[in-house]
Amino acid sequence: MNLRSQIKDQIFTFKSLRDLLAKANEEKSGDALVGLAAETATERVAAKLCLANLQLKDIYENPVIPYENDEVTRLIYDDINTTIYNSISHWTVSELREYILGSKSRQNDLLHISRGLTSEMIAAVAKLMSSMDLVYACKKIKVAAHCNTTIGLPGTLSFRNQSNHPTDNIDGIIAATKDGLSFGCGDAVLGINPVEDNVENYERIMRALIDLKERYEIPTQCTVLAHVSTQMQALKKGIPVDLVFQSVAGTESAHKGFGIDKAMLTEAHEMALKLGAATGPNVMYFETGQGSEVSVDCHHGVDMVTLEARTYGVARHFNPFMVNNVSGFIGPETIFTGKEVIRADLEDLFMGKLHGLPMGIAPCHTNHMKADRDDQEIGTMLAAMAGANFFMGIGGGDDCMLSYQDTSFHDDASIREILGLRPAPEFEKWLEKWGIMEDGKLTDRGGDASIFD
Amino acid sequence: MDKKTEDLIIESVIRQLMETQAQSAENNFRAGPESNSRDSGSSSEPNTLEPMDVIGVENPHNLEALKVMRKTSPARIFMGRCGARQKTASYLNYMADHAAAIDAVLMDVSEQFIADNDLFKVKTVVKDKDEYLMRPDLGRKLSQESKDEILQKGEKGKQVQIIVVDGLSSTSIEANVADAMPALIQGLGTYGITVGRPFFIKYGRVAIMDEVAPLLDCDVVVEFIGERPGLITAESMSAYMAYRPDHNTNESNRTVVSNIHRNGTPPTEAGAHLATLVKKMIDNKASGIKLAALP
Repeated sequence: MNLRSQIKDQIFTFKSLRDLLAKANEEKSGDALVGLAAETATERVAAKLCLANLQLKDIYENPVIPYENDEVTRLIYDDINTTIYNSISHWTVSELREYILGSKSRQNDLLHISRGLTSEMIAAVAKLMSSMDLVYACKKIKVAAHCNTTIGLPGTLSFRNQSNHPTDNIDGIIAATKDGLSFGCGDAVLGINPVEDNVENYERIMRALIDLKERYEIPTQCTVLAHVSTQMQALKKGIPVDLVFQSVAGTESAHKGFGIDKAMLTEAHEMALKLGAATGPNVMYFETGQGSEVSVDCHHGVDMVTLEARTYGVARHFNPFMVNNVSGFIGPETIFTGKEVIRADLEDLFMGKLHGLPMGIAPCHTNHMKADRDDQEIGTMLAAMAGANFFMGIGGGDDCMLSYQDTSFHDDASIREILGLRPAPEFEKWLEKWGIMEDGKLTDRGGDASIFD
Repeated sequence: MDKKTEDLIIESVIRQLMETQAQSAENNFRAGPESNSRDSGSSSEPNTLEPMDVIGVENPHNLEALKVMRKTSPARIFMGRCGARQKTASYLNYMADHAAAIDAVLMDVSEQFIADNDLFKVKTVVKDKDEYLMRPDLGRKLSQESKDEILQKGEKGKQVQIIVVDGLSSTSIEANVADAMPALIQGLGTYGITVGRPFFIKYGRVAIMDEVAPLLDCDVVVEFIGERPGLITAESMSAYMAYRPDHNTNESNRTVVSNIHRNGTPPTEAGAHLATLVKKMIDNKASGIKLAALP
């Protein structure tokens, strides 16, 4: 493995593959915080040059966290199709990049090699791509998934109706959910983040969502984003659960910090299939974000992009319905500016798709980052061009419970119109039945939640 | 101490403070940005933002239903639309709230505030606001000059040390400390608890208290710190407390009262309540989950 490269008269030597992967990243505050980032712009390019010339087998043979020490590494390696890996192990990362971008490679070709790629290889190739490279590659892959309904079909864009409330007030949750529905938001899922994480509260919110869904015959799925252990209690209690949610990360120790491990996720997945209310086969909803390992100090000296790719390695093991990336939520110590968060959104969308995942994005920000509504809207437009399966939808773009900013109901309706994208087919029929949508556009009734009363 | 005694003390502290505040209220009215405007437009009323609870939906199917639902959530809903986009009024409301949040994070606590509240000012090793936001680790370390200054101007060996820390909202510090701190000091006085001279720490994080307590040898640190602003309010402040914090203290050792602002727990009430919590910490030599677990 050659870890030396020369740019003009400067020669750079990198300490390890881990060091090289980190230094090849575009600038982000989290890599600098833990002391992994390139120190100069030239060093960053030197790392990319070195990385471009590594063979995939160099990456395979040097896992960033040893197989023996980390169950996430084991999960990624154990899931690889070795026949496919062996057929491409001699490729350089540069060749992989050009194969992905090449005119002949279509979705099926990319999903085929995907089974032979470890998460670290996918991270490596993302580091050799510009913003438009990422969008161009993303656009080739769109993986649909089915829970009660199908999202991610070509030409569609779906939304999670995320009508959280600062005190879990049911009337408030339902009022805001209806507002979103009247904008055409909710075909991915009606999903609420609870303030209080216990099974009683879970049941209270879930029953209210299911009542709404049944009363108006909404073709969608419901979820309450409590800790996975709470949802397992709910499943045991016989509460009808469509989708099981959990935040996941790229290291075993970060999972420990989240109070989960592979065994618990496996059990939750099996329970969702056996006891859950949904048709399936996709019954899991994961959230991820660059920097979550940094925020719980479980990064093992590995950079944020590589750890995020490993997170998708975890997600693909469980055949999920949705994987949502919330890199902008974590804070300025990991992602500081609007430019950093837009870059992260595109990298994450690409890496998720190349893992074969049904990816969505929450292009979002907190108020202590150097990012604003304009950055958030630019991120949304780019991710929509890149073929994200779904975004969030929040009244006015301000989550009054989680105190951060994300795509609004208005943005959701707008981005469909701008790009000519349609809701999930069953949901579009439902919108037409209620007179909310016609020919893929909101009618005069759109945005009027009182049509449901 | 029983609940009744606690309530009585809180009540009396609040009453006394209200009286003092009423007297000085008139003097405290600060000139706003208007003093900077070149053309005041003389007699015309200023433009104002639309109230948040306005129903913006045009010709709704059932206006009464929207009005009832509007009261159930502070979310930005029923705002109407132009095409698929937001109307001007609701767009400007969002921009104004976001601007308040940004200003709260980026602006510094004013020298005037520090002087008015009889504080002296020290700082962590952080160089500037950007570094503060990106390097939480540095916001937990006092600079050497600051340590020297604290030893010189502060008071060693008192039972309680109050510190005021900018955190993520300078606005919340300026909005709440002038009411919360006197209420706290007065409450502690009622219990006969000694208090060192309070001071202000610029660019600080919660765990900065872990450096302050060993330096001044106090039992309890009460730290007023600005919370990360949301769009609903940029004025929310927290009070973190710990019994004899030091570098081994972890988050579960701290007791916190959050959401201190005029529409949450009002600052005067919060100050008086904090005094009773501090008394409990001193009596039990504990804080955080250890204190919460006590009968």
